[in-house]
Amino acid sequence: MLARSQYYLLAALAASFVASLFSGSFNSYFLDVAVTCGINITLAVSLNLINGYTGQFSLGHAGFMAIGAYSASLLTTNFGGKLLPLVGGQTWIFFPLALYAGGVVASVAGLLVGVPTLRLRGDYLAIVTLGFGEIIRVLLQNVDAVGGARGLIGIPDYTTLFWTFGLAAITVYTVWALVNSTYGRGFIAVSNDEIAAEAMGINTTRYKITAFVVGAFFAGLAGGIYAHFKQYIAPQGFGFDKSIEIVVMVILGGMGNNVGVIIAAILLTVLTETLRQFGDYRMILYSLLIIVLMIARPQGLFTWTGWKRKSA
Amino acid sequence: MKSLKRNLFFTALAAVALALAGCKPSSESKTGAADTIKVGEFASLTGKEAAFGQSSHKGTLLAVEEINAAGGVLGKKIEFIYEDNRSTPGESATVVKKLITRDHVVAVLGEVASGRSLEAAPICQANKIPQISPSSTNPKVTETGDYIFRVCFIDPFQGTVMAKFAKSRLNAKNVAVLSDVAAPYSLGLAQYFKETFLADGGTVVSEQKFSSGDKDFKAQLTAIKAANPDAIFVPCYYTEAGLIVRQARQLGITVPLFGGDGWEAPELIQIGGEALEGCYYSTHYSPEDKSPAVQEFVSKFKAKNNGEIPDAMAALGYDSAMVLADAIKRAGTTDSVKLRDAIAATKDYAGVTGKTSLDANRNATKPAVILAIKDGKFKYVETISP
Repeated sequence: MLARSQYYLLAALAASFVASLFSGSFNSYFLDVAVTCGINITLAVSLNLINGYTGQFSLGHAGFMAIGAYSASLLTTNFGGKLLPLVGGQTWIFFPLALYAGGVVASVAGLLVGVPTLRLRGDYLAIVTLGFGEIIRVLLQNVDAVGGARGLIGIPDYTTLFWTFGLAAITVYTVWALVNSTYGRGFIAVSNDEIAAEAMGINTTRYKITAFVVGAFFAGLAGGIYAHFKQYIAPQGFGFDKSIEIVVMVILGGMGNNVGVIIAAILLTVLTETLRQFGDYRMILYSLLIIVLMIARPQGLFTWTGWKRKSA
Repeated sequence: MKSLKRNLFFTALAAVALALAGCKPSSESKTGAADTIKVGEFASLTGKEAAFGQSSHKGTLLAVEEINAAGGVLGKKIEFIYEDNRSTPGESATVVKKLITRDHVVAVLGEVASGRSLEAAPICQANKIPQISPSSTNPKVTETGDYIFRVCFIDPFQGTVMAKFAKSRLNAKNVAVLSDVAAPYSLGLAQYFKETFLADGGTVVSEQKFSSGDKDFKAQLTAIKAANPDAIFVPCYYTEAGLIVRQARQLGITVPLFGGDGWEAPELIQIGGEALEGCYYSTHYSPEDKSPAVQEFVSKFKAKNNGEIPDAMAALGYDSAMVLADAIKRAGTTDSVKLRDAIAATKDYAGVTGKTSLDANRNATKPAVILAIKDGKFKYVETISP
């Protein structure tokens, strides 16, 4: 017997599969915006686990995304010729495997950063994760084997609506299920009061690392989807700006509020496109809207009272 | 009461969102009747490389207006649709898809930066829509496929030209190279420069690197000073170039610094100031060129843009639109396959940036111009042919 949330997950997967079947009849510009929305939802919700529910301030999410994007793309571009026949030439088997590999590499990176640094708190952690993100970007820039600053060219076009929104649905479900489980209450405890949580016998470091590893895993998957969608990735695309973009989605949506974060991710993605008609004033308007929204709803766009999660 | 206020807020928000979403289709020209030929452009109109993007865009715009004033092509006016990509990775792909599938353009013009041209190229190739890049000099751009063209020379040629120039004009035997690891453009140019310079018997005494966005180059420049070169090759974009030259002079380095077409921007002088005296760079054209085509272009451009003197990006932007219009005329149709063939067949087209012919790799072969900086102005030095 499935729980109600699992039905939702299955329904979302089925819906994205059906939508994917008809993707040929959609305009490819709208498809592009839709897929970007899906990728941003995955990124924002996975960061929400770290920044929102667990209350750790990470500024390195684009770094994890980059690791996933590069690992998956290297598999499909450089080794695709050898690996693809092993699964009978079926890209629908090969692609998720490559994505998964990218996610695993990203989560290992999450573990590597997490273990030494998660004993840090607040601002210090933010600075370390910021540094981590930059290290990843600079490393990729200097390794010729992955294209260096020129970027990786010729990535196959595997991403479909199904993979994008399927992943988004799984991410939302996983984060939701994790936080709402008995075990997962620990994340919220860490976020609310770390000292009190520790006094209650919660291993706070372990919770923080778990949040980082899971968050990094999904960011890595989103990176893989992004790479196989744009067919070209360059280190500049995974810089500090990208991390900030994701953080803005989480803060605007409301820390620790998945629904809000999803809506904020969609809103911000669609906004850059709908504002196109204003030409040169587009980015000014975009920034203005964010400022106004932040002043009007400092607790997050969709945070209702009674959902108080965050103190301090 | 509180919840009422909240509801009102959400209603207002939803209304704004709907209004924004609603505006979109209506502003989109539904009148795209067959009496116009739609040409798209994507450019870095805002963001880091906006100086290049704006300049190139103004050139393209001028060309389109001229073509339309002369009656258009094939008896139809050109409808010019352009989009900004914020100089951000990821956005070029989106806007090019919009141009092709929403606006149904017959060809796409853009971009200045190689990284963003590379992003758009697979989409144009897959949709079989010709893309003409005005000034992406990285060789990889046109390697994407047979629908991707450019109207500028490529980095290997520019690197070769600068190596020859360093040897013959600057009489340099020992050269230091300072390049930007974050810009494919810079690395490519540095590599091709080194190959030719070493083959000609020169020596590269010091090789230093930095990353786009850096503000302090004293460490690299101190190392270069210690190596005592005759000249310093700085292939990068104008922002860093200006700072590098300034800091080099502060450190007491007196030898000339020289770079590629990434230096080409009035902002270079604003940033570098007097320190730039006696420095050189290679580019695609000079507004001081006395040929009638160039002078006519310069005066028209100045008339339209408050006396602004067009730089190489503007000239190439202009030529990219002109080469396209010429190809549409020769093809006699906007059918994508025939249009592609016509662009590929471009031969000795007399553009502002010299005679343009497209070779088998869809790259332009054309002369390079060397400019010097004297009294805060760009002065013409010489033209080097391929």
